[in-house]
Amino acid sequence: MIFQQIINGLMLGATYSLVAIGYTLIFGVLGILHFAHGEVLMAGAFMGLYIITWSGLPLYIALPLAMLATGILGVLIDLLAIRPLRKDFHLAPLLSTIGVTIILQNLAVKLFGGFGTRFPDAIGTTNYQVGSFFISSVNVLILGISLSLMVGLYFIIAKTKIGKGMRAVSENHMVAGLLGVNVDWIVLITFGIASALAGAAGVMIGLAFHAISPFIGLTFALKGLVVMLLGGLGNVAGAMIGGLILGLAEVLSIVLLPTEINLQDIFSFGIMILILIFKPTGLFGTRIRQG
Amino acid sequence: MILEIKNIIKYFNGFCALMNVGLEVEENTLHAIIGPNGAGKTTLFNLISGMYDVSEGQIAFRKKPINELRPHQRAELGIARTFQIVRLFGHMNVLENVMLGSHCKTKTGLLRTLFRISLRELKEEKTTRENAMRWLEFVGIAQKANQIAVNLPHAEQRLVEIARALSQDPDLLLFDEPAAGMNPKETVDLESLIVKINQMGKTVLLIEHNMELVMEISHVISVLNFGAKIAEGKPSEIQQNPAVIEAYLGRKR
Amino acid sequence: MDYLTSVVTIAGINIIMALSFYLPFMTGQISLGQAGFMSIGAYASAVCTVKFGIPYVPAVLIGGICSAMVGFVLGLPALRIKGIYLLLLTLGFGEIVRVVFINIDYIGGAAGFPGIPYQEHTLLYAYGMVLILIVFFNRLRKSRMGRACQAVGTDEDAAEVLGVNIIAVKLTAFSTGAFIAGIGGGIFAHYQEYIEPLMFDVMHAVELIVFTIFGGIQIFWGPIFGAFVLTLVPEFLRIIQEWRMELYGALLVLMMIVRPQGIISLDSVWSIEYAVRRLFRIKTTGVLSPSRTEGK
Repeated sequence: MIFQQIINGLMLGATYSLVAIGYTLIFGVLGILHFAHGEVLMAGAFMGLYIITWSGLPLYIALPLAMLATGILGVLIDLLAIRPLRKDFHLAPLLSTIGVTIILQNLAVKLFGGFGTRFPDAIGTTNYQVGSFFISSVNVLILGISLSLMVGLYFIIAKTKIGKGMRAVSENHMVAGLLGVNVDWIVLITFGIASALAGAAGVMIGLAFHAISPFIGLTFALKGLVVMLLGGLGNVAGAMIGGLILGLAEVLSIVLLPTEINLQDIFSFGIMILILIFKPTGLFGTRIRQG
Repeated sequence: MILEIKNIIKYFNGFCALMNVGLEVEENTLHAIIGPNGAGKTTLFNLISGMYDVSEGQIAFRKKPINELRPHQRAELGIARTFQIVRLFGHMNVLENVMLGSHCKTKTGLLRTLFRISLRELKEEKTTRENAMRWLEFVGIAQKANQIAVNLPHAEQRLVEIARALSQDPDLLLFDEPAAGMNPKETVDLESLIVKINQMGKTVLLIEHNMELVMEISHVISVLNFGAKIAEGKPSEIQQNPAVIEAYLGRKR
Repeated sequence: MDYLTSVVTIAGINIIMALSFYLPFMTGQISLGQAGFMSIGAYASAVCTVKFGIPYVPAVLIGGICSAMVGFVLGLPALRIKGIYLLLLTLGFGEIVRVVFINIDYIGGAAGFPGIPYQEHTLLYAYGMVLILIVFFNRLRKSRMGRACQAVGTDEDAAEVLGVNIIAVKLTAFSTGAFIAGIGGGIFAHYQEYIEPLMFDVMHAVELIVFTIFGGIQIFWGPIFGAFVLTLVPEFLRIIQEWRMELYGALLVLMMIVRPQGIISLDSVWSIEYAVRRLFRIKTTGVLSPSRTEGK
């Protein structure tokens, strides 16, 4: 039974990691916390839902399509709401992304209704037996996809020229620019990648919970930010590990605490407060730029 | 001895910025702190003014330990500072910036602001303004009192910052690279200003890279390198000190 | 005529709420919790009048005080938290208050609290409060505490080194903001005659940010202008009503790109002040408005 919960926790945690990685990438490269990232996840979830229901395409095509669409959304947000901002007002990106959040969430409520929408079963649920435990295909799929995405991301960051650009820009914006890195382009790509990851997370959440609503954006925004705090701002590996930790902690808290108290959401909230008060640099330390 | 620093150690996440640094500053002196970039000079200032906490060690002001005091309490005791990069409050005008210096010496709180119980608040405001104008005249930019602080040229902003520090009526002033970014004429004016301040009876702790200025006006010089104090003494002694020369120029091959 | 009165009254209440957001904002604290504080004030004052027969003005004041106390408690952890995290903290607070009130049957729970005695001439009370707040903010602007607030909002660390007790300043601003929101809630409750938790949700808290950012962040006239205009205009253009929130969002983004300081800036106020003074030939009595023609 516990094993089952651990698998669930890891699965949940994997989605949190994907969201948090997106936040961290954007923070590393741009120095801002992208408040609307949760709404991007929500948009990705709905895009995935409609792609699957309208086109009947199998998951292994629908998911990349949803990721592409979400990536484009992220790029649009960068182009329209972030890049044109003046650099001298330090609150501008935060307020602008709040504006984007309002737009996206209210549009979603108008388009999809304020209540949950059922997410189609894109894959048959079969249970596999491992020893004396059961793992469902949903678990396998989500863990597998998340893992592949994270490995793919690591590959991009560590081995490709673009990744090098991302690392350079997150070290030092100005110097990277002087050295010939096209900073705007790198930021754009980062937004695209981060948003695509969030889109993937959104679709997988739909698969895992069988339902999504326009309000999951804020919930996952909060969780993603808590994970970033856990892992340290700008620290991609920390985000990966932190996500898994949070997922496990949440699931185990349901198991261990009496069932009347639904502490799940307040849990991450409480963790955030504790970390901010006692160890603002995160469990694994910050790696933000100086200055 | 107005300021005594004993065995200060400061770590930042494993990186040691200051290792066992000690400093004794005599009252009324002009005491310079020099050293290559990254030596820990500004860190030291941040520890004295309270922006950072020490990892280990004691800081005492007029024999009173101040480790546990918050920055605003240290300001009330009489410690004032300027910053390496000028930190004025951008959207206020020059006069308002300098009037803020008097904050630690005045008392009008929120309720009295609202309910104007007596004329005392108005009187205090008037005194604060006159005080601020006086210090602006002292540093020589009284005519810019009504301008928005952030619109002034760099050297004048620095003067405003100094006037602001002075209106705290401090006994100890910490100047962090005040001459940075100034042209030769401005530097000369700054030099005489600092000397004037010292002659008024205030103790000045000065971080500077401009060696001419430092050698010209300091009574005592302390030299830091890689977080440790490597030399201390009168300007003439420091100029001859081999450790200091090595720190700046490298070892003679 | 009645319709206009009601819209203007609501605008007045929104002005109070916008100013309740503005005070902590001045010290650098962006709070999404003002709607929560408003609901505390609304419910507390309603309980006073309905269940205990306490008259209007003391009831509303009690509502304000309750909010202020909760504001103080929330303000303590808020001291250490900045930017987006403070936003989330206050957001969470608002949600928690809403959920708590849904679960308290004494005040009606999810079904709401009906039967609150309607207060005649609420318009006057609302704008009376606005007037008090104008005097408050105006006196604040040219005072020691006002400068301290602005300094804390601009550069907290430098302010502290100068001798400003930033903890006291931030906490006072936060609690007082909560107090003002509570008063707004009390006036609101006795105008609507019925309140329910859903009236005080996140989007209402976000509205206040939009009012302030649009209206102007450099001076208290900004939030007043923003709240007034953004309450009135949607009433007269039905199309806007339906897309109100989306337009608010777009407005936020647009303002950040085009005019981050908001419509009413310090320059606008000085120009107006200068013109008025010229018009009435009032001598400057040492008011600190830098004008380009007055030298020294």
